[in-house]
Amino acid sequence: MLQFPLWKKALIGIICAMGVLYAAPNFFPEGTFDGLPAFAPGKTLSLGLDLQGGSHLLMEVETDAVVKERLESTVDGIRRMLRAERIGYTGLGVEGSSVVFALRDQTQADLAETKTRDIDRTLRVSRLEDGRFSVTFDEATMAAARVHAVEQSVEIIRRRIDEMGTREPIIQRQGEDRILVQVPGFDDPGALIDIIGQTAQMTFHLLDERAAPGQVPASAPPGTMILPSNEEDGPQFLVERRVRVSGERLVDAQPSFQNNQPVVSFRFDTLGGRQFGDVTQENAGRYLAIVLDGKVISAPVIREPILGGSGIISGSFTVQQVNDLALLLRAGALPAPISVLEQRAIGPGLGQDSVDAGKIASIIGLIAVMAFMVMSYGLFGLMVDVALIFNIGLIIAILSGLQATLTLPGIAGIVLTIGMAVDANVLIFERIREELAGGRSPFSAVDAGYRRALTTIIDSNLTTLIAAVLLFAFGSGPIKGFAVTLSIGIVTSMFTAIMVTRFFVVSWLRSKRPATLTI
Amino acid sequence: MRLKIVPDNTKIDFIGYHKLAIGFSIILVVVSLGLFAVRGLNLGIDFLGGIMLEVKTEGPADIGTFRSDLGSLGLGDVGIQEFGEPDVLLIRVQRQPGGDEAQQAAIKTITETLGDRVVEYRRNEVVGPTVGAELQEAALIAVLAAIGAILVYIWFRFEWQYGVGAVIALSHDVIATIGLFALFQLEFNLSTVAAILTIAGYSINDTVVVYDRVRDKLRRFKKLPFEELFNLAINKTLSRTVMTSFTTLLALLALLFFGGEVIRDFVIAMIWGIVIGTYSSIAIAVPLLLYMRPRRGDEDEAPTGEDATSKGTAPEAG
Repeated sequence: MLQFPLWKKALIGIICAMGVLYAAPNFFPEGTFDGLPAFAPGKTLSLGLDLQGGSHLLMEVETDAVVKERLESTVDGIRRMLRAERIGYTGLGVEGSSVVFALRDQTQADLAETKTRDIDRTLRVSRLEDGRFSVTFDEATMAAARVHAVEQSVEIIRRRIDEMGTREPIIQRQGEDRILVQVPGFDDPGALIDIIGQTAQMTFHLLDERAAPGQVPASAPPGTMILPSNEEDGPQFLVERRVRVSGERLVDAQPSFQNNQPVVSFRFDTLGGRQFGDVTQENAGRYLAIVLDGKVISAPVIREPILGGSGIISGSFTVQQVNDLALLLRAGALPAPISVLEQRAIGPGLGQDSVDAGKIASIIGLIAVMAFMVMSYGLFGLMVDVALIFNIGLIIAILSGLQATLTLPGIAGIVLTIGMAVDANVLIFERIREELAGGRSPFSAVDAGYRRALTTIIDSNLTTLIAAVLLFAFGSGPIKGFAVTLSIGIVTSMFTAIMVTRFFVVSWLRSKRPATLTI
Repeated sequence: MRLKIVPDNTKIDFIGYHKLAIGFSIILVVVSLGLFAVRGLNLGIDFLGGIMLEVKTEGPADIGTFRSDLGSLGLGDVGIQEFGEPDVLLIRVQRQPGGDEAQQAAIKTITETLGDRVVEYRRNEVVGPTVGAELQEAALIAVLAAIGAILVYIWFRFEWQYGVGAVIALSHDVIATIGLFALFQLEFNLSTVAAILTIAGYSINDTVVVYDRVRDKLRRFKKLPFEELFNLAINKTLSRTVMTSFTTLLALLALLFFGGEVIRDFVIAMIWGIVIGTYSSIAIAVPLLLYMRPRRGDEDEAPTGEDATSKGTAPEAG
């Protein structure tokens, strides 16, 4: 244990130098090292939301809605097919996860079956015991539709948040149907949910001619639906089910003003523009309802054909509402509703307080431990202290280099590491003391002390590492940050205790060659 | 002159008191489990779901008015406590029936009611019931998996007797920590679970160091009775045990006094865990070996004395 070949010395030197180099940028003002290549030291610690403030949202995409929508559109498809083929049917509708219907004339069964298959190749058609048809999608298609809905939602949420102009948001798919959203520096989760939680599905429908706005029958006749206004206490509308133009065809939407009222001006793509032109040309004098997420936001009378493919949405909006609506329309609609499972927001004040408290606690803890080591082991304590500083440098360097997130519990992990890091050295020094008391020469005692303490150090540190790794695997958010710093701390403190302090001790022994040794 | 917390060559008869210690620990564990059963844990919103707000008020807050104002909103149980400073309050409201809109609406009602009295919203958390249940499950799995993995590791590195002894000592520490939380009704949240796992890691670390020495002594002194041998191992490592616990406590005390309110309960759990973990390695983990009588290394192996290299490390001639 007393031999240090040149390569080992070089390795220790290089690792410590890299530690200093990669940790250093944290002690310079922000931006000093911008523009350096990615691998070069220049990155600073990446602070978690609990330290820099910001919002964290865990959302769930209600993918069942996608399945339901698919089933309902299949109902429409089957109805159209049956009518076109002049097949009499009853009881067409959704039951559980399948579409069912019965035929009036059983001789048409084969025809109905083939034609249903022709609608969509992924449909599975079967006959129930009572002779009814049951139409379902195969599992793979449904699973793919769900996955697609989640991925699309991630994309749309990203677009919406980017439009808000926040910096470095994190938007990730988590598990099967969840999305994690983290927006640093934005501590109003309510406003965030307003933007990303809205489905923002916009469609244009004609109002049914049989009922004027505000005067709707008790139940909607076939092919129509009764929708509320988006204003509280607003009138109800009888709206045709058929979508004349879909919001998917929008290419742009901007807030603007008309007659001093805030409005949203929009533009369709070519196909949407043509559809919009057709519906306005053919239905002059009728009402065109603009429906957003199942609510009518306005229903103006069509006065003249709008052929340019652009128009405006007016209503009783505030400027904020117009800005939000334009943003939502630009970014596109979510394929399915989403709900918030977990929301956490930290204000910048608390974040800064935590950073300050963490700094002070670390420095005081460090000074206390260092002083105690010098009091207990004298010169050797001083060597441990130097190694301890390298140790902290290495932790900061690894955190910065890997861009691992530092959280408040993570700072606690570093402080705890400071306390526990000296353990390996204490083990070694106590062992050397024992060996000296047993009558060994200084060289032999140091050698035996390191040799014998080594397995103990490895065993005891590995068990702590097991706990830390499990914490990382099962923990979430800030706790993961704690597990990260604790794990890094265990590894670096083993390195500094076994390599760095040993190097100091051995170098000192070789230059002084003491006849007796007191630790 | 060196500072020595533990004098050289202590010869304390730890094993002589082991019945007392085990008796005390049994009482500790029973009381902890009893407290857990009777008082339960003060589960935070991480596990229970609900709403939590940390607010800074204009000047020192009058908790009474806040409580009556928010209590009359019909939001169910409203918990308000001072959080570190007289002008910082922690407001906890149970989860509102209904979906996300209900939670957002409740927050809105609260902010409107508080009005100008609050100058800063420092923290705002809403956890749904699904996530709460999942976090509970994940926490339980983490603790059990950690204990299981540690058992396997020690079994592999030592013998089964040590593994069992270490896990009993470790479970003792975990249960005693849960007891502390039940007794003082400290908030039990995700951070607490992290603290418990760290305590598990630390406690086992301590136990392994002492066990390592026990194994070493067992190989060297084949004729020495277990009692004397265990005492020797504990006394030889006593200085290290106390020193490491002391430095760790120094660091934790710095966190307790300067680390801020957010992690205070976490730090309290750790401090308690370090104390109880140090105690259990000495007073529980080692004496338990008396009842399981680990092998001395040469009983069924080559009786060649010093070279009897059994599993694990190579013993040194000394």
